[in-house]
Amino acid sequence: MKKLKEFIIEKAIFLSGSLSIIFVVLIFVFLVKEGVLFFKYVPPKDFLMGNNWYPLSTPEQFGMLPLILGSLLVTIGSMLISIPLGVACAFYIAEVVNPKFKDILKTGVELLAAIPSVVIGFVGMITLVPWVKSIFNLPTGLTALSGSIMLAFMAMPTIVSIAEDAITAVPRRYKEAALALGATHWQAMYKVIIVAAAPGIFAAVMLGVGRVIGETMAVMMITGNAAVIPHTFLEPVRTLTATIAAEMGESIRGSNHYYALFVVGIILFIITFIINFVADVFLHRIKK
Amino acid sequence: MDTDTIKIVRMLAENVDFFYGSTHALKNINLNIFKNKVTAIIGPSGCGKSTFIRLLNRMNDLIPRSRLAGNIMLDGENINEPNTDVVDIRRRVGMVFQKPNPFPKSIFQNVSYGMEVNGIRDKNVITEKVIESLKKAALWNEVMNRLDESALCLSGGQQQRLCIARCLAVEPEVLLFDEPCASLDPVSTKKIEELILGLKKEYTIVIVTHNMQQAGRVSDYTAFMYLGELIEFGHTEKLFTVPKDKRTEDYITGKFG
Ligand SMILES: Nc1ncnc2c1ncn2[C@@H]1O[C@H](COP(=O)(O)OP(=O)(O)OP(=O)(O)O)[C@@H](O)[C@H]1O
Ligand SMILES: [Mg+2]
Repeated sequence: MKKLKEFIIEKAIFLSGSLSIIFVVLIFVFLVKEGVLFFKYVPPKDFLMGNNWYPLSTPEQFGMLPLILGSLLVTIGSMLISIPLGVACAFYIAEVVNPKFKDILKTGVELLAAIPSVVIGFVGMITLVPWVKSIFNLPTGLTALSGSIMLAFMAMPTIVSIAEDAITAVPRRYKEAALALGATHWQAMYKVIIVAAAPGIFAAVMLGVGRVIGETMAVMMITGNAAVIPHTFLEPVRTLTATIAAEMGESIRGSNHYYALFVVGIILFIITFIINFVADVFLHRIKK
Repeated sequence: MDTDTIKIVRMLAENVDFFYGSTHALKNINLNIFKNKVTAIIGPSGCGKSTFIRLLNRMNDLIPRSRLAGNIMLDGENINEPNTDVVDIRRRVGMVFQKPNPFPKSIFQNVSYGMEVNGIRDKNVITEKVIESLKKAALWNEVMNRLDESALCLSGGQQQRLCIARCLAVEPEVLLFDEPCASLDPVSTKKIEELILGLKKEYTIVIVTHNMQQAGRVSDYTAFMYLGELIEFGHTEKLFTVPKDKRTEDYITGKFG
């Protein structure tokens, strides 16, 4: 009887574990199956390097470069903001703040992750966007900069939380050794602790990047959605994610446009897969 | 052997009491640490040896809710005055910990770190000092061809000697060893003991040890602590042969501890 119970539980766990892997594989197979058809009509080079994304004009043009650059710009912008702030914040929580407040602060930062992205987009739209417009004196505040700032908020909880764990996990003996040699607290942090915590901090940053690249709703609301090649942070851009979300509904099933969006999806999948994989490798290195 | 010829007090504890929160870990300790001598601190586990030695370079500053009463002097100056520079105290009073704790950096960087944080920038000066310190710590021959390798690749005994070299490179005046051989094999232990005897000429040394033979071999003076109190302090030979206190006698003869 007991044996049977064990057997059922074991198989059930195995089944749910394998199912989650099977689903991921199926999704990828489906994406690829729908996507490859597209390259029958459009050569990969025109697709990846083309400057114009005009899916609805005749003749249609599917140059993905503006979308790739849009995602890249917004991601880089948000990382420039969230990495220094996030890592500094992690150090503050791990090393500086009075231990009494440590838990409160950390929970507070992690709660930021619970805000739905549509809310972040909404708040950004009515507060940040008008500021950007008036500060830089632009025709519109829906720009890559606005997107970067809001996405930085969304990456921060991940970065702070994981980087703080990595810093706290640095054995106390490193810090004691540094201080015993006459290092100041700041020197110990910046020359020893940050080196020892580096793999974890890097993983934190990668997971933050993954979050930002995959984000759809908030960027769609505040980046302006213009599929043109951006030259500065103060222009509207359109990201890969926003393109799929905005156009999938209006594309005709089986059309070139429909297949093109699948290829955009494949590319996104590959990018986030690589990023998460790299982060994972580094997180594993810490555990050893 | 006349150990009394020169007797200069380098460090001194005066009516020292120490509390971890409400735990009274040290009770009215009075102790002299003489220049160019090795002072051993012995006593059963939990009697406050580490607590005491960590007070000598203010490592206990890091412990929240701890409290110190009494004076600890270094060359006649109170090291806990509000205006003393704790960084300077820690540079002058070096410490080697029980578990070897090299940084996750190269062998060279481990030794140069202390100089860098103390503002030495000249590459030649640093390189020379690194070599000199590794030689003093009797490690040079084993690592001279692999200075760029990670310090974590060294054996435990080598790591501990690296930690000693790292400590010597900042030119301290006093060296504190908290059970430096606790995690080492007999051969490495012997090397460290020889090293300590050699370093005595230049430095004032305090060593915490659980090993009575070790205290006998390396130290000039021995302090016996028990339950947070300093029970007896004196010449190592006298303390081990004619202890004045019954508790000291019981401890060194192995009746408890
Ligand atoms: N960080 C701390 N917080 C609270 N109590 C502590 C702390 N460190 C030590 N103690 C307590 O203070 C007393 C003395 O500890 P200490 O580490 O100085 O002993 P020790 O003589 O070095 O022992 P051992 O030989 O085992 O290393 C012990 O009762 C211990 O429990
Ligand atoms: Mg101890």
